[in-house]
Amino acid sequence: MKKEFKVIADILPKNVRVLDVGCGDGSLMSHLIKEKNIEARGLELKKENVTKCIYKGLPVIEGNAETELHQFPNQSFDFVILSQTLQAFYNPEKVLKDLLRIGKSVIISIPNFGYWRVRTSLLFFGKMPITKTLPNSWYNTPNLHMCSIKDLFDFCVKKNIKIKKAVGINEDKTSEIKKSNLEIKNFFSKLGIFLIG
Amino acid sequence: MNYKTENIKTINVSKPLKLDCGQTIKDFPLAYETYGKLNELKDNAILVFHALTGDQFVSGINPVTNKEGWWVTAVGPGKAIDTDKYFVICANVIGGCMGSWGPKEIDKKTNEPYGLNFPVITIRDMVKAQEALLNHLGIEKLLCATGGSMGGMQSLEFCTIFPNRTFSAVPIACSTSHSAQNIALNELARQAIMADPVWEKGKYLIKNVQPKNGLAVARMVGHISYLSEKGMQEKFGRKLQEKADYEFSFDADFQVESYLRHQGSAFVERFDANSILYITRAMDYFDLSKHFKGSLTQAFKNQKAKFLVISFSSDWLYTTKENKDIVIALNASGADVSFSEIKTDKGHDSFLVDEPEFLKTLKGFIDSMHIKFKNEKRI
Repeated sequence: MKKEFKVIADILPKNVRVLDVGCGDGSLMSHLIKEKNIEARGLELKKENVTKCIYKGLPVIEGNAETELHQFPNQSFDFVILSQTLQAFYNPEKVLKDLLRIGKSVIISIPNFGYWRVRTSLLFFGKMPITKTLPNSWYNTPNLHMCSIKDLFDFCVKKNIKIKKAVGINEDKTSEIKKSNLEIKNFFSKLGIFLIG
Repeated sequence: MNYKTENIKTINVSKPLKLDCGQTIKDFPLAYETYGKLNELKDNAILVFHALTGDQFVSGINPVTNKEGWWVTAVGPGKAIDTDKYFVICANVIGGCMGSWGPKEIDKKTNEPYGLNFPVITIRDMVKAQEALLNHLGIEKLLCATGGSMGGMQSLEFCTIFPNRTFSAVPIACSTSHSAQNIALNELARQAIMADPVWEKGKYLIKNVQPKNGLAVARMVGHISYLSEKGMQEKFGRKLQEKADYEFSFDADFQVESYLRHQGSAFVERFDANSILYITRAMDYFDLSKHFKGSLTQAFKNQKAKFLVISFSSDWLYTTKENKDIVIALNASGADVSFSEIKTDKGHDSFLVDEPEFLKTLKGFIDSMHIKFKNEKRI
């Protein structure tokens, strides 16, 4: 399993209710149900993935998080997970607001645009970065609103959203992000995971 | 419309059933058919509910019409609902005309067919009547309750009336209540029948006739609503029916006219006009929230069944939006629900035809539910 999912699974307590927004083929949901007896629900845009989830017996709703989060009642989940999709929304702020409405806590992961390789790509080559976590070219990337760990950190502070935990990931290494080490973690982490709400 | 009764299995429902209209009925026949075998664990029973013009003959050859069962694309050996694995049950709804208690049955009080003396029934009544069949077959809990269109409505109603009698449910191409457009189309069908002079306020069976013209028009209305604009255009376009040019008459010049006429005339051979009146009425009265003070969330409260709601993108009779409303209500009550919209041009009828994406989804759900149900039963 992806390191990112391991970190997310570690954050979650047992026996809670989780909504996985953009659940993909349901691998995270399967893991959470099996290992933590979590009551998981998924929302997924891609038909192929929806069918895969159904074959696995995972509850999944075909739909677009951008337009269809309204169907979930206030505070109806203990946790809402959004893995590496915040940057792909037209209106990430609105989506984030909805996630915080639905879940008592929200776990968001983002590909970090502040990662040093990303920075050097633009600085030295003058080209939009292509990395493992950002594999697409500028003309076909689904990412509309790229941000860095620092950006998301600042956003939460500005909007008075409580950051309960933040983790930076680089390959297999994970480390806690704090205000004091924000600059360094923003430089060396490929991925950021935030527990907010 | 005449059939040999030896081809039809029936049970006598002796337990009194209080209908929504207030009347209580008992000792009435309920016709049914089964496919496959109930296994020892009794974890493989699937109750299929039929739609407006369907009957209990889901798969194989319908012994009455000698045509294929209405859901042969989905149910049968090796199919999405595999009868080599599952025990499939389907009952003819009350109000129907394939052996269950309906308006063409003889009223013992008058010794004549009920006609309009038959009480107005509801989807709830239809579903409640089928409980006796499950008891008769010794099935405490179904693996799945499913159906499309009116069958979907029944599957939803089944879950609200008997929340512990099914492990899962697949309502397909339906809604939680009939929309104004649905009611309007049904009214058109009813008015067509009632405008036929042969109908005679429903008493035609005494003279052993059917209001064929009215019934055929009713069927044509239905058929138009089951297809999509695009599907119809692709299938028929402006193609002419076995002729080179217009005939400047009112014969069926266009293929689409000929198709509708054929559908209409074939239908009158197998269906009773009064049944159409009663069943369409039941659909119009359908409102899942009615017995829950208007709250759908309340209707699904404490729902343990796992749901899969399926809609079809080109279905304008029961739109994706209406199907999604079911999902929203289930979500609001915290139920376990999946949803999939199948992209297709085949309209409302998509669930009855060979639509691979749909059948694949249905199979995936039923098979995975069977594994879960087995595990639950073991524990």
